[in-house]
Amino acid sequence: MTVDIMPTRPDVTIHPDVAIHPPWVRVCHWINAIAIFAMIGSGWQVYNASPLFHSFQFSKHIALGEWLGGALLWHFAAMWVLVTNGIVYVTLGIVSGRFRRKLLPIYPSEVVADAKAALTFRLSHDDLMHYNAVQKLLYAGVMVTGILVVLSGLSIWKPVQFQELATLFGGYDFARYVHFVCMVAIVGFLVVHVALALVVPKSLRAIIGGR
Amino acid sequence: MRQRKIIPGVDAKLLIKDAAKLMPDRTRRGFLRGAASLGALAFLTGCDIIDGDTAEGVLRKISAFNDGAQAALFSRTKLAPEFPENALTRPFPFNAYYEEDEAPEVDVNDYLFEVTGLVDNKKSWTLDELHALPEVSQITRHVCVEGWSAIGSWQGASLADFLKRIGADTSAKYVWFKCAEGYSNTIDMPTALHPQTQMSFKFDHKILPRAYGFPMKIRIPTKLGFKNPKYVVAMEVTNTDKGGYWEDQGYNWFSGL
Repeated sequence: MTVDIMPTRPDVTIHPDVAIHPPWVRVCHWINAIAIFAMIGSGWQVYNASPLFHSFQFSKHIALGEWLGGALLWHFAAMWVLVTNGIVYVTLGIVSGRFRRKLLPIYPSEVVADAKAALTFRLSHDDLMHYNAVQKLLYAGVMVTGILVVLSGLSIWKPVQFQELATLFGGYDFARYVHFVCMVAIVGFLVVHVALALVVPKSLRAIIGGR
Repeated sequence: MRQRKIIPGVDAKLLIKDAAKLMPDRTRRGFLRGAASLGALAFLTGCDIIDGDTAEGVLRKISAFNDGAQAALFSRTKLAPEFPENALTRPFPFNAYYEEDEAPEVDVNDYLFEVTGLVDNKKSWTLDELHALPEVSQITRHVCVEGWSAIGSWQGASLADFLKRIGADTSAKYVWFKCAEGYSNTIDMPTALHPQTQMSFKFDHKILPRAYGFPMKIRIPTKLGFKNPKYVVAMEVTNTDKGGYWEDQGYNWFSGL
C-alpha cells in the first residue's frame, strides 16, 4: 500500500503522490456519516417512546421520523447501510493493513502525553499521514463502540432469535442501556471529531479529496 | 369477511368511538414531511427523494424487505426464553391505544369465537368450549414496540393444535385476528404454528382480567406486543394479507423478536 515515503523529507505534510485517504476510506467515511446521522436521529425518536431515564427526552426538533413508527422505519432502513458499509470498511481496513499501520500500537504513556499536549493546544496536526496516540485511541475506540452498538442493537431487535447474543449483553432490558451508552459515546466522539475537522480544515479536505 | 355483523357482547358506543380512532391521523400521515431534508441526506441519489411521500414510499419498501428478512431469520423451533414465577412483572402493565376504562367489556353469555376462511370446520366456539381445550402455560417476556418489556404468565390453548383441530389449511400464508374494539392483526402462518403461540384465556392462572384482553388474547412471544391481539372475537385463515391496526399506520408488519 501507500505509506512511509521518505520519512527524512522535511515537507512530510505534502506527500504529492500519495493520497492520505485512499478512495475506499473516503467513500466508506461519508456513507457511514449519513447512516450514523440517520441511526442516531431516529434512535432518539425511538428512545422518546419509552425513555430509559424518565426525566430525559430528546427534542422533537432534532429527532428523525416524526413519531415512533416513522423513526423505526428510518432506523431499520439505515441499519442496512450502516452494517453493510461497516463490514466493507472493517474488512478492507484489516486486509489492506491500514488499521494495523495507522492505529497500532497504542501505548498508554503516549496517549497521556499526547492528551496533555492536546489540552494545552501544543499537539501538532502537521502530518495528516500519521495519527497521534489520542487519535489512534479515539478511532480504534469508536470502531469498537460501533461494533458494540450494532451487536447490542441486534439483541434488542431480535431477543428471541439472537437470545444468546442478548444474554451476552445482560438480557433484553440491559442491552437497551448498552445500546444507549454506545450512542452517547459515539455522539461524544462526533463532537470532538467534527470540531477538530473544522479547526484543521486540511483534514476535511483530505477526507473529501484524498489529500 | 363479515364486517357488517354486529359483534356479540360489544358496546356499540365504544365500537363507534374506536372506529373514529381508526381514521387516518393527519399528523401521522405526514410523519416524514418534517424529516424530508434529512431524508435527502440519507440517499445519495436523491432529488425526488426530497418529496416526503417518496421518502415514505422508499422506507415502506425497505420495511417490506425487512418482513422478508425477518421471516427468513424466524426459526419454527427456537423458543422464546421462559422465566420462573418470581420473575413476573407486578403489576403487569395495561397497554393499548386507549385508556384502561375504555377497554372493551365482552359479555361472556354473548361471546362466540368465529372461525372463517380456509378451515374445514367453521363452527363458532363458546368460551366454555375454548376453556375445555388442553391447557398450555408460559412465562415469557412481552416486548413493546416502544422499547419497554414486562414478564407475564399466560395459560390457554396452543394455537397450532387448535388450527389442526379445526382442519385449517396450514399451507395458507396468514392468520387474521379481529378484536372486539375493532383492533386487528395479520400474522404469518409459521408464527401461528410456533409451539409457544397461544390462545390465552388466563393471566397468572386466573381468568384474563378485562385489562389483559378478556376473554381471549393471542399470546405470541416471538412478536412485539402490538402483534399480540386482545379481546379476540374472530379468526380467519387466509392467503390475503389483511393488515392490522398499527401495521397499516407504519409499524413493521412482521415485527418478529
